[in-house]
Amino acid sequence: MEVLVYLVPLALILGFLGLLGFLWSLRSGQYDDLDGAAWRAIADDEPVEGSPRS
Amino acid sequence: MSTTLDFSHYLKPAGDDRLHLDLAVEGISCAGCMAKIERNLSNIPDVTSARVNLTDRRLALEWKAGALDPALFVDRLAELGYKAYPFERAQAETVEADRASALLRRLGVAAFAAMNVMMLSIPVWSGNVSDMLPEQRDFFHWLSALIVLPAAAYSAQPFFASAWTALRARGVNMDVPISIGIFLALATSIVETANHADHAYFDAAIMLIAFLLAGRYLDQNMRRRTRAFAGNLAALKAETATKFVSEHEIRTVPAATIRPGDIVLLRPGERSAVDGNVIEGRSEIDQSLITGETLPIVAEPGTAVFAGSLVRSGTLRVRAAAASEETLLAEISRLLENALQSRSHYLRLAERASRLYAPVVHATAFLTMLGWLAYGATFHDSIVTAIAVLIITCPCALGLAIPAVQTVASGALFGSGVLLNAGDAIERIAQVDRVIFDKTGTLTLPELDVANLASIPADVVNLAGRLALSSRHPVAAAVARAAGANAPLPGIEEEPGQGVRGLLDGQEIRLGRPSYCGAEALAAEILSRDPEASVAAFRHGDMVHVFAVRQRLRPDAAAVIASLQRQGIAIEIVSGDREAAVRSAAQTLGIHEWRAEVSPVDKIARIEALVRQGSKVLMVGDGLNDAPALAAAHASMSPVSATHMSQAVADAVFLGERLEPVATAIEVSRKALRLMKQNLWLAVVYNLLAVPIAIAGLVTPLIAAAAMSGSSLLVMLNALRARRMREVG
Repeated sequence: MEVLVYLVPLALILGFLGLLGFLWSLRSGQYDDLDGAAWRAIADDEPVEGSPRS
Repeated sequence: MSTTLDFSHYLKPAGDDRLHLDLAVEGISCAGCMAKIERNLSNIPDVTSARVNLTDRRLALEWKAGALDPALFVDRLAELGYKAYPFERAQAETVEADRASALLRRLGVAAFAAMNVMMLSIPVWSGNVSDMLPEQRDFFHWLSALIVLPAAAYSAQPFFASAWTALRARGVNMDVPISIGIFLALATSIVETANHADHAYFDAAIMLIAFLLAGRYLDQNMRRRTRAFAGNLAALKAETATKFVSEHEIRTVPAATIRPGDIVLLRPGERSAVDGNVIEGRSEIDQSLITGETLPIVAEPGTAVFAGSLVRSGTLRVRAAAASEETLLAEISRLLENALQSRSHYLRLAERASRLYAPVVHATAFLTMLGWLAYGATFHDSIVTAIAVLIITCPCALGLAIPAVQTVASGALFGSGVLLNAGDAIERIAQVDRVIFDKTGTLTLPELDVANLASIPADVVNLAGRLALSSRHPVAAAVARAAGANAPLPGIEEEPGQGVRGLLDGQEIRLGRPSYCGAEALAAEILSRDPEASVAAFRHGDMVHVFAVRQRLRPDAAAVIASLQRQGIAIEIVSGDREAAVRSAAQTLGIHEWRAEVSPVDKIARIEALVRQGSKVLMVGDGLNDAPALAAAHASMSPVSATHMSQAVADAVFLGERLEPVATAIEVSRKALRLMKQNLWLAVVYNLLAVPIAIAGLVTPLIAAAAMSGSSLLVMLNALRARRMREVG
């Protein structure tokens, strides 16, 4: 059971990192436009700079 | 036009010598539009970022300061087929958005804490029935405390704050039992952990907080969306005013920047964006949006002009005045204030439920403790059992039951063109048994329409429509709209106050007053049949025709009224317009109760009389004269074309040409109220099952966790049924 000494803190640190990631994503506005984000994921890639396309 | 919109009011510095502009864009409806707009605008040199927000239908632009004229963006969007309007976030919207994002942050913290505590709780639950050492269990409990206490202290603040406010006002709301439950669960768990006990409720407490925050966030997010959409509508209406910046120079500026004392130019076809007094010029003005009266009045120097008045024939210079100086506005404001003050505070369903709920739950817990003491249990065990009762009854389901339905129902309403202003609007609209309609602008459309189109040959209509494009008179605009004209004729002259004329194949064509076209006899005949109409005469050589232009009923008004009457809802018209106009509308729509020439005071009096009879009235109106009645009624709705003051006091605003949203709102609200009550009953049944287990002292943290998530899921799923309401309805 000594393994708990490593595993429990490790799990908590990972959880805490996840929380920090969430707070960062919230702060950087990634939850401001959920409808748009849903579509951006499947949108075509950005065209190459200057390529003619309408 | 000679003047372009002055954007400086909307530009914001964005650091690094860049400027930022927000545009509300009409017509963004799909992912394709989003990609097209972003690609085209970011291709402009010196634009550093162009990002569409598809949820709010907005575009945020940043570019190098001084390099570009903002009007370029609007033009480029117009080329792509989108109308864009500069836009400024209203204070109210910013507040709602900040609240939503704060709730999401708290929800995130609570959810992460709940997940990590579960990781520690599951070993304890399984360890309790197998071979976990007491030291290991204590270690896990302390770790849980380490996670939950700070997380709860941060994320449960909205509940504590709201409960504290309610208690200070000597009231009880749902947050009082919630806060007591959370607080006691945490306190017991700490004491129990210190005493090396088997059970601690850290996981239950933080899970409860996370579930409740999810409900609050959904609610708040819907509110934020409605506000954002209302903000777009305000921008799309593009309230601008033409202001004299010096004696001879005019500039188009946002209406919000006009100050009392500024002088504003009003041209034919424009709606005034300000209140003020005419100082120069003479024109007929249409005040129907203010008084409900459809016949135009003459404005001369000294006449008071209100925001929303439509200028028909001449050009006016108006000195903007502060609202309180005007007699009509002052009277309306005073009535409105009285109505808002005497509006009996409506007791929400949730408040009524929690008034019953809190004493019952707290009494049950207290009796449980006394019962166990009498039965001979130790003081410690009795208290722990009593607290288990409080935890298991903690209104997880109850706290979600109503917000979840509200969120789903307001989403359904949003989809059918109804924007809710007030959170409890759904409950109140569901209860109405009588609808009072204003006539002008509510049952009728705000824009004029040609009434006798069928009796005029199509080629004449077509020609007159093309000729009408050269005039800005609202009656001419109605002819042009009815003809669907889009190709103006060349070489047309306008004679102010008379009409427009030109030459076609060597023959003179004219459109304007009957006297201008020599059509007095024909016009008099049409007016004798339809006294409500305004007329525009058309002459081509010797041929003369007269267009009768009037306000038209909303296309589906008759059907909507009939369907409301079938549902047993009483309908009546209370209008400020003349008797003949109101009678003809009432007869067409099959409404037996109507009142004409009603002043704002009498509108309120009528509503108060109905309230005394025990009737619950839904007032639907748009004019400035309706605002006090909207505030006095049990529930109220306004079309989106209504004056600012009416829209601000109405519980809901509906979009579009049709009247159907009013019927939809009543129907959806009634179904939503039924679902809310169902959800409350589900919560009661859950408590009836769970409380005896808790009283018996058999509740373990595992049972508490399972029961709470189970009941929350159940009410959430039931609330989702509100989504199907639109298709059924």
